[in-house]
Amino acid sequence: MKSVAAKLGWAAFAAFGAACLAVVALHRGESINAMWLVAASLSVFFIGYRFYGRFIGAAALRLDPTRATPAQRRNDGLDYVPTDRYVLFGHHFAAIAGAGPLVGPVLAAQMGYLPGTLWILVGVIFAGAVQDFVILFLSVRRDARSLGDMIRSEIGSAAGWVAMVGTLTIMLILLAVLALIVVKALAISPWGTFTVMATLPIAVFMGIYLRLLRPGRVLEVSAIGLVLLLLSIWLGGVIAADADWSKVFTFSGVQLAWMLIGYGFVASVLPVWLLLAPRDYLSTFLKIGTVSLLALAIFLVRPELKLPPLTRFIDGSGPVFAGSLFPFLFITIACGSVSGFHALVSSGTTPKMLDNEANARFIGYGGMLMESFVAIMALVAASVLEPGVYFSMNSPAAAIGPTVESAAQVISGWGFSLTPEMLTQTAKDIGESSILSRAGGAPTLAVGMAQILRGLIPGAGMMAFWYHYAILFEALFILTTIDAGTRIGRFMIQDLVGAAYAPFRRTESWTANLVATALCVAGWGYFLYQGAIDPLGGVNTLWPLFGIANQMLAALALIFASVVLIKMKRERYLWVTAVPMIWLLVCTLTAGWQKVFSDNVKLGFLAHAHKFGEALGQNQVLAPAKSIAEMQRIVQNDYVDAALALLFMTVVVLTLLFGARAAWKARRSEQPTALEAPYVAAPVR
Amino acid sequence: MSPRLSASFSLAIDWLRLFARKLEQTAHLAVGIPDYEGYVAHRRAHHPHEPVMTYEEFFRERLDSRYRKGSSRCC
Repeated sequence: MKSVAAKLGWAAFAAFGAACLAVVALHRGESINAMWLVAASLSVFFIGYRFYGRFIGAAALRLDPTRATPAQRRNDGLDYVPTDRYVLFGHHFAAIAGAGPLVGPVLAAQMGYLPGTLWILVGVIFAGAVQDFVILFLSVRRDARSLGDMIRSEIGSAAGWVAMVGTLTIMLILLAVLALIVVKALAISPWGTFTVMATLPIAVFMGIYLRLLRPGRVLEVSAIGLVLLLLSIWLGGVIAADADWSKVFTFSGVQLAWMLIGYGFVASVLPVWLLLAPRDYLSTFLKIGTVSLLALAIFLVRPELKLPPLTRFIDGSGPVFAGSLFPFLFITIACGSVSGFHALVSSGTTPKMLDNEANARFIGYGGMLMESFVAIMALVAASVLEPGVYFSMNSPAAAIGPTVESAAQVISGWGFSLTPEMLTQTAKDIGESSILSRAGGAPTLAVGMAQILRGLIPGAGMMAFWYHYAILFEALFILTTIDAGTRIGRFMIQDLVGAAYAPFRRTESWTANLVATALCVAGWGYFLYQGAIDPLGGVNTLWPLFGIANQMLAALALIFASVVLIKMKRERYLWVTAVPMIWLLVCTLTAGWQKVFSDNVKLGFLAHAHKFGEALGQNQVLAPAKSIAEMQRIVQNDYVDAALALLFMTVVVLTLLFGARAAWKARRSEQPTALEAPYVAAPVR
Repeated sequence: MSPRLSASFSLAIDWLRLFARKLEQTAHLAVGIPDYEGYVAHRRAHHPHEPVMTYEEFFRERLDSRYRKGSSRCC
């Protein structure tokens, strides 16, 4: 009786979700309320979790609640701790959530809200959540070992090395693109620059407080830090209004890029307790708080989506990023639907704390659904903007010109109504001098969030406050990622170089540390500087490269998962990981190929290099370059970018070949050959 | 207050207390600090004759370990 009622309930729920989705997909007209999109997404998440997630756990993976997890076997009260699943969910979500799901959907909005929504939903159910869940499970079955370790032992050490080189390159591109987002958001913005700079003394104060004054009082000091942050937003407004002080905090993009490079080096060699840890606390709590606030605001304000479901730019001619819907939509929205980085978290700290295998679905699959919901909210925030405003913020100056008049004229020509007054008014509302060509997603998201939050707490000046709050919130955790990431990059470089020259591996050697840090900072700094001086905005080039890299890492994780399913003799369920794996391979390889070899100068690195190289041969200077030296740099950058895209493709293809060889061997064996930790019964509770 | 009302009142207080504790644990673990009381209980039960870190030592140890090998964070 109960099961019949439950079935009827789920059927009704499914019908409701389908109806919402139909409204989102088929609506043509003026505008549509964001609640349709939110309700459709939530229904898809619940149904996906209840049915597909459960199917994967029960049939493909056969989660075994009687089997002891690493936390139960090796409980030490520190790293390995059986943890309440809700508490662990918070830990896992805080570890996977970052800037990615906020930026990708905003950029993808140039094609309208519909393609992005559909890929976020389909992608998360069949690829992203599956990857996080399966990798978590596989790591739990292998003493909570890391992805790189598991690839080495299940596929072979060559595959392990390839994966490591790939991960390091992804790391560098990720850091460069995140730093570029900060640069784009803070360029010529004294208010934003002041508040972000103020986070440094605030964090150092918190660090000293935690170390010396009241050791370990994390929540207390975070609350103090939050109050100081809000004060700094207010003070930033005062400074921006002051003619003299505002000059002190006004920097160009290139200046900010150099400052970030210097910052990255210094911050990552400072002791962690002084700057990294306290700011990490602050950014983690601010991130979770802001995401909750945004969700609450969307539910209470219920804004209208102004962006059309589809724009003419699905043909690939859009100003925000080049390339047509396939494959570039699937590259641009990386983290909200599937993110390779999560495979590193799912095989990091989380598997050491799982208290029961059966909870792997809630943490792995459920955690990713939550992340995906953040992506949907980012898409909503971008879509509540007037389309004209959206395009003026995200198109490079080379496309829309430097003034509000030129921008309004060009964008009106694209078919989105826009007047110069709308642009000056929006800039005035948010307390900035201009909103033109603020690419990178963060400012767009901030304006969208400010518009939604203004509906929650109205008042003059609130829009400017919320805008800078949102910029601060993104910059804060991007800065944390930059120094944490530089440290990880440094360890990887030390490991890689250490394989050839052993003394380099010693992490207590200052020389090795400084050299490896400098190498890492130079690696991402090169791409950051290149992006900062790029007249096309840089995000244009770097984000697709990052997207390709991130999806490629997911493909690696899924290749590994598929090989292990074969080794476990579960070929019947191979499609669970193989279908998203093939899709990601097709997307990344097609996108990589087009980025390198396309004849379209806007898309292909080589075609672009060829065009500029030819002009250079005749001593001509092509716009946007202004000198022969700039021309040479453009050509050189094109070749570096092309080489990087080729490297990513090589990494994927090599891993696929290694995986195929391992799978072939496993097929010939009669017995399962997966290398799991031996079965130990879980303690009876 | 009738005995019945006061019983359900104290039940609600207990529940709120548990909820607040879970919330605190979640916030701490989100920045890499597991439950200190759990750690102490574990040490007492499994290593009764060995020293137990004070909260301050425990906090330092956790902070160093969180960033020692670098915690991977998403995009």
